[in-house]
Amino acid sequence: MFSIQYFASVREQLGSAGETLEASGQIHTVADLTAMLAARGGAWTVLEDRHAVLVAVDQTVADRNRALTGHEEVAFFPPMTGG
Amino acid sequence: MATMIRVDVQQADFDLSAEYALIRDIAVNPGAITLFSGLVRELPDSPPTGQSLTLEHYPGMTEKALQAIAEQAADRWPLSVCRIIHRVGTLLPSEQIVLVATASQHREAAFDAAHFIMDYLKTSAPFWKKQVTADKDYWVESRDADHRAAARWQSPSDS
Repeated sequence: MFSIQYFASVREQLGSAGETLEASGQIHTVADLTAMLAARGGAWTVLEDRHAVLVAVDQTVADRNRALTGHEEVAFFPPMTGG
Repeated sequence: MATMIRVDVQQADFDLSAEYALIRDIAVNPGAITLFSGLVRELPDSPPTGQSLTLEHYPGMTEKALQAIAEQAADRWPLSVCRIIHRVGTLLPSEQIVLVATASQHREAAFDAAHFIMDYLKTSAPFWKKQVTADKDYWVESRDADHRAAARWQSPSDS
């Protein structure tokens, strides 16, 4: 089971703060998971924009080719603007 | 040198002089303490009433990211104390947002480490600012200048 979280403008665009998703045999990487979510169409396609949306796996920023086992916490969010 | 690191993410304001007094008390032979505080700017082109800034963050990851940045600073400079406080929630113009404090025996280390922490924090700690004005609200965009500021601390070997 993936625990997925959305933050800031991504959360607003998707109208969702997060969800859990059953791990499927087809999801091996962050890119696979992202493609599955983006396939919902509409606002969800923004998740595939690597400049607009960053990904963290288990609370550490990760590349799209990062391998997933199906038990991770995955978060999608825009570039950070703290400080 | 063992560095005392403390990181807090909180809604509450912080007291700069209390933080300074505490650091002065616990720092080992401090020759220099640098305190940086970031404040909410007032937007000049918009009426001051109704302006605010809301900071969202990623609970759990935020604390880890700040701790990692503080540890990087402690690896790179001889610090006896490294302190970060970042506020979240809704803040008004002129309110304090962030505190970075570093103590070292020498000023270069204290200055540089605080500068490094601020530059890294802006681009690698999961905070997002939403600007609210009397007639609209919008997410603050990340700035290339902030990414360049963080990149200049990288040595040629780790790029």
